[in-house]
Amino acid sequence: MFYREAGQYKTTYEADSAKFPILQDKLFIWFYLAIAFIVIPLIGGEFFLGAIMIPFLVFALAAIGLNILTGYTGQISLGTGAFMGVGAYACYKMTLAFPDVNILVFIFASGIFSALVGVFFGLPSLRIKGFYLVVTTLAAQFFLEWAFIRIPWLYNYNDSGAIEVPQREAFGVIVTGASASAEVRYLVCLTVVVIMTWFASNIISGRIGRSWMMIRDMDIAAELMGVRPLYAKLSAFAVSSFYCGVAGALMVFLWLGAAEVESFDYNHSFEILFMVILGGLGSLLGCFLGAAVIWILPVIIRAWLPPIVDTLTPFIITSSQADLVSDIMIGVMIVVFLIMEPHGLARLWAIIKQKLRVWPFPY
Amino acid sequence: MELLKQIFVEPFEVMYALPDLLLQTLWEGFVSGTLYSLIALGFVLIFKASGVFNFAQGIMVVFAALTLVGIHAFGVPAFLAVILTLGVMALLAFTVVRVVMKPLVNQPDIILFMSTIGITFILIAGGQLIFGGEPKAMITEELGLPTGASDWEVGGGIVIFQHIDIAAAVIAALLIAGLALFFNKTKTGRALRAVADDHQAALSVGISLEYIWVVVWFAAGVVALTAGILWAAKSDVSFALQVVALKALPVLVLGGFTSIPGAIVGGLIIGFGEKLFDLYWGVPILGGGTESWFAFIIALLFLLYRPEGLFGEKLIERI
Amino acid sequence: MNAHDPHLGTKFDDGIAPGETLLNVDNISLSFGGVKAITDISFDVLKGEIRAIIGPNGAGKTSMLNVINGFYHPQEGTITFRGEQRRKMKPYQAATSGISRTFQNVALFAGMSTLDNIMAGRTLKMNKNFFWQMWRHGPALKEEIEHRKVVEEVIEFLEIEHIRKEPVGTLPYGLQKRVELGRALAAEPDLLLLDEPMAGMNLEEKEDMSRFIIEVNQQYGTTIALIEHDMGVVMDLADRVIVLDYGKKIGDGLPEDVQANQDVIDAYLGVSH
Repeated sequence: MFYREAGQYKTTYEADSAKFPILQDKLFIWFYLAIAFIVIPLIGGEFFLGAIMIPFLVFALAAIGLNILTGYTGQISLGTGAFMGVGAYACYKMTLAFPDVNILVFIFASGIFSALVGVFFGLPSLRIKGFYLVVTTLAAQFFLEWAFIRIPWLYNYNDSGAIEVPQREAFGVIVTGASASAEVRYLVCLTVVVIMTWFASNIISGRIGRSWMMIRDMDIAAELMGVRPLYAKLSAFAVSSFYCGVAGALMVFLWLGAAEVESFDYNHSFEILFMVILGGLGSLLGCFLGAAVIWILPVIIRAWLPPIVDTLTPFIITSSQADLVSDIMIGVMIVVFLIMEPHGLARLWAIIKQKLRVWPFPY
Repeated sequence: MELLKQIFVEPFEVMYALPDLLLQTLWEGFVSGTLYSLIALGFVLIFKASGVFNFAQGIMVVFAALTLVGIHAFGVPAFLAVILTLGVMALLAFTVVRVVMKPLVNQPDIILFMSTIGITFILIAGGQLIFGGEPKAMITEELGLPTGASDWEVGGGIVIFQHIDIAAAVIAALLIAGLALFFNKTKTGRALRAVADDHQAALSVGISLEYIWVVVWFAAGVVALTAGILWAAKSDVSFALQVVALKALPVLVLGGFTSIPGAIVGGLIIGFGEKLFDLYWGVPILGGGTESWFAFIIALLFLLYRPEGLFGEKLIERI
Repeated sequence: MNAHDPHLGTKFDDGIAPGETLLNVDNISLSFGGVKAITDISFDVLKGEIRAIIGPNGAGKTSMLNVINGFYHPQEGTITFRGEQRRKMKPYQAATSGISRTFQNVALFAGMSTLDNIMAGRTLKMNKNFFWQMWRHGPALKEEIEHRKVVEEVIEFLEIEHIRKEPVGTLPYGLQKRVELGRALAAEPDLLLLDEPMAGMNLEEKEDMSRFIIEVNQQYGTTIALIEHDMGVVMDLADRVIVLDYGKKIGDGLPEDVQANQDVIDAYLGVSH
């Protein structure tokens, strides 16, 4: 009824291959962007921006990284946390060496380091498939975790073993460190994520993205159609790790402010994988939906469950128990989604859109 | 040059000079190797029978041990607690097969694998919620497992054998032998091997897939409980064990996903390898702590050389 | 449309006139472990012809195609394609040199739409680099749309406009086979290998498929080597036929000659060896 494409004819292939071929979608996306860039910073307070929106964006970006590898190229990875760590440590070392350079330069450059590491650990994927990659990416995870502890140079020989984010500027505005405002950090983070999402969607809809999906769907046929597995797989590892690295740098510099190895441990790899599964393998929108659910659900449960249980039952629940409850719920959601809708929230969203399109008629 | 000497000369000099240290390390490697084999065996059972790569095997080890200790904490005698724990593992096997595996039958492997990661998460959080997250002591003595140690003098030093380690090696060997007998001599075992060979064909001769799957998940649960008891007797029952249990994955890579002898040999290689490497190379050159990744890196290098594992058959791809 | 615009039917300029040898298979032997799949087979394919490979199940037909496009590496023998002799080549090299194929069990990219599957056939013809792809607007989009035009020609040719945006995993078998042919055609191959293009089809679908094969051969001059079980189809379509049995060549020649060959009749009717 309200969501109609009737009368919108596409007269060129260019219009037909546009990302938002329907006018309403195009308007919606600008509308959302306006809300994200203007309304949220104005009305969201320090807590909402700093503790909910920024981590949400960071995780969404990391989920895009993992989705490129797992959802689009079919190569499973449990090393996401460590690749994020490589980005964070690289950014830290670079900005200590060159304090005057715009921090945004280093945030992007840090992705290059994790891309290199990602390619290295992606090399076995040329010879092996499927579950074996679980082992090699776990090798990356555990080896890098070890390196983050045992190589003191990485954290500048701090006694705490942690990296502490110094104050840095971009274009004359303080972006990182204790005195950077939540609004600025949020806007910087949002800008980076929006630009990188746009790049990702471009790559995916072009030749390179198609060659990734060919490898995912039928690697032998892909090779016989002229896709070189070497290039396709390693480029997927590189791009994926690049995104994870930038997400790691954003995580430490714009959100946590300080981090040690626990911030990049293998639990984070799982968390990101869950976002991708729940949101939808092979969907960029799904990365945002998955990150929203997995990041925001525990926040809500932590805030609401203890008082509810307190008033309704004789039991008392601590906030750490509430976290466990949300973990169980996430686990159950994963299983339920895999059974009911393996394409995740993104597919549900598409179904709702289809229903809206034909409403009030069933077909 | 100094580094080359550190890598190629000094470790062997130390080995020669201190044979007791070498023997002690080998023994410890052997014990942890048997336990890795045991955990890997749980993976192999499920993978062979259903093609599911059960990521939850590691947490099942922790969960089984936790349940045992938890039930015992209520004042239940140890042997009864073991039986009740087996009941819990049977229930878990039944639930997992009924609720998760059956609806996902014929889905791509990767989906099944991810569902076991979901199960892992549920078990981790559920276990902590029910039993609490703090480490607990295993009820070693109540179960009649030996404690204490024996010494053995070698070349001027002594090698210490913990009795629990000896018991662990013996029990692991007995369990593996028992399983081998079960699969080769019983009707259920034969049905199971039929399913492993070809689902469709097994179905068509009237074997119930669901029954077989419950049996293997339960068998994997028994293996997990055994591994959990033996391991926790050496340290404690804690969720940190789960990370250790993940080392069964590189073991599988070395041994091949479907080979029981492979799991045993792979486990021993990893067990010996990581202990020796850390003592003679890891600590002097890399600052120690290499046990966390050694197994995985070995598996990675091995995969580059021989992707099908030590005992796996080379796959001929058809199209 | 200027000269650089790609469009379907811009043939491989290989300097080989119709009727000359395009592919020469010399004394190929292939075995897996101890099992001999192919024993000492030689034949040639001439430019512009339709060459059929027939034989009972397990005769080594599919293995032969796999050898030709580099998926299997024969232990002995050589393959000469367009005058270049190769023993070991990668499937990627076969694709770049202009060999394209379809598969016995449909091997489409199940998660992608019909359009994307056929666009996948254009992979080798597209070359805008990663950074242009990242930007998309400009050269990369221009390239994408040029190739989309070719793909639309293929879609029109195969009469599958109505399923352009459907995910191929949901299509019926006959249409999947057609999409797969489209994907192979989009690569504008010099030599098209078809592995049982009509297996499992009903009469009507077979007729459609035969029509497409003949049209591809005549309109675009594409050389075709196909495996097929339906003798009626083979006798009608093929210019020349090779018969394999137990990995050996037992007949080679015009369809009517092969039909009269006693060895071939024995192989099909089953005389004890």
